[in-house]
Amino acid sequence: MSRDKIVLDGLSKVFQQRRFFRASDGLVAVSDVSLSVPSGQTLGIVGESGSGKSTLLRMILGLIRPTSGTILIDGQDVARMPRHDEKDFRRKVQPIFQNPASSFNPRQTIGAILRAPLEVHGIGDRHSRRDRVVALLEQVGLPADYAKRHPHQLSGGQKQRVAIARAVILKPSIVLADEPTSALDVSVQAQILDLFRRTREEMGLTSIFVSHNLAVIRQVSDTVAVMRLGRVVEAGRVDDIFSNPQNEYTRALIDAVPDHAAVINRPERIATT
Amino acid sequence: MIEPRAHAVKGGTPTLRIRDLSIEFSRRRGDDLRVVDRVSLDIWPNEIVGVIGESGSGKTLTSLSAMRLLPKRARIVQGTMYLDGTSLHDRTERQMRELRGDRIALIPQDAMQSLNPTLRIGRQVGEPLELHSGLSVAAAREAARKLLQSVHIRQPEQRVQEFPHEFSGGMQQRAMIAMGLALNPQLIIADEPTTALDVTVQAQVLRLLREIRDDKGTSILFITHDLGVVAELCDWVYVMRYGRIVEEGPMRRIFTEPRHDYTRMLLDATPSIRDVRKVQV
Repeated sequence: MSRDKIVLDGLSKVFQQRRFFRASDGLVAVSDVSLSVPSGQTLGIVGESGSGKSTLLRMILGLIRPTSGTILIDGQDVARMPRHDEKDFRRKVQPIFQNPASSFNPRQTIGAILRAPLEVHGIGDRHSRRDRVVALLEQVGLPADYAKRHPHQLSGGQKQRVAIARAVILKPSIVLADEPTSALDVSVQAQILDLFRRTREEMGLTSIFVSHNLAVIRQVSDTVAVMRLGRVVEAGRVDDIFSNPQNEYTRALIDAVPDHAAVINRPERIATT
Repeated sequence: MIEPRAHAVKGGTPTLRIRDLSIEFSRRRGDDLRVVDRVSLDIWPNEIVGVIGESGSGKTLTSLSAMRLLPKRARIVQGTMYLDGTSLHDRTERQMRELRGDRIALIPQDAMQSLNPTLRIGRQVGEPLELHSGLSVAAAREAARKLLQSVHIRQPEQRVQEFPHEFSGGMQQRAMIAMGLALNPQLIIADEPTTALDVTVQAQVLRLLREIRDDKGTSILFITHDLGVVAELCDWVYVMRYGRIVEEGPMRRIFTEPRHDYTRMLLDATPSIRDVRKVQV
């Protein structure tokens, strides 16, 4: 068995579009993607809108079924997983989404939201669950009495902290994050990225981090895959890809990012008259 | 203390001058909430000025107040505003309406929400000319075609016939810019115009704005939360936080020698693609 925790082989997704009286060709969202993530590492997936990065992630999460190809997690084929293993899979693989406000029930308290995974999986009793919730809140930097609050009483960054807490409360080995900081101010984004990195290291997580933001990807990833129109155009170690991109599109993408750090090294532009 | 300004004309007047502007929101409970607090800023001809801040810093309200497009519950409690040397303060709503589009144009963040889905692009881009210059529908349509061409939309003669949903996000934003350019305004207020766009499309829109400034000498007030965009585009920068300007200066100096702690914190928190240094919390 290889050391790779996640192996994607020839993964494709074609969405059938319904049209009146016409055979449809289907929309190819992801096309023949093969990638692997070694245990304990983070793969960054970067691409512009419509590149298929979120579809790819949703397939790995088991939320949509691939048209072809296989997903192996710990050597097990996710598509051919027996029903009784599905709960184990859900426990092992946890998501963090872009907008936590829409993935929390607004009528539940933060405590109830965090407790739910433990209840579903029948872990512990009332007391131990409460202790676990308090411990998790502390781990993500929130006071214990936040368990009594409702989602709308939290800021965007605080909600994303709760989302991270919920993702790790079942002690998963894999966390899949889809644009988790895109809706946040930069100062808050820095805190959430820091929390993500710390949590990952403390818990030895393997992760995939999807983002359109190349700078964020560079911060959190060990390896990176650049996607365009459903295909991976280039993949490799993050430093290699960013400092020496081989693919033309990757180069164009990196060049297009306005970068504040470049100002310091750039010769002064002559003011136009 | 504040550096000399490259674009300031000796003895001339700034395109927009705001002095001691304060804006308050009325609340159902409690005191009025001050969201903009004694803000002063200048934009000179031929200058691209960036206003940078996080959410809630008051950057959008400050810019909207220059067009007097504040939400109902917000009101200006003090301050003066001058457009090209004349006060905006005592203008009637009717006079303001004449200024909008003609002298000041607004490019909003979400082009799709600002375009009318039921009108053809040509009609919408040409509308300011119909309303302000009294052009006929046909003449406005022809002007719209030229405007679309000037913002680098290919096949403009076909594109004027299309509806907004047939345009990509970047093209919609360029159509909004074309509309803003219709009457040759002195000042363009661009409120996060590239935030919803992919980076490669954003690069095109930024290039276009710089081109407009270079060709026509238009003043551009650029509101953003993105330090990278400011570095790419702006000559002069105001940093806002909690309704106040905490620092201003030439773009380069702001990035190389920030003076205020908050500016420094923003710089440290923003990840760079060229720099593997971990961001500071």
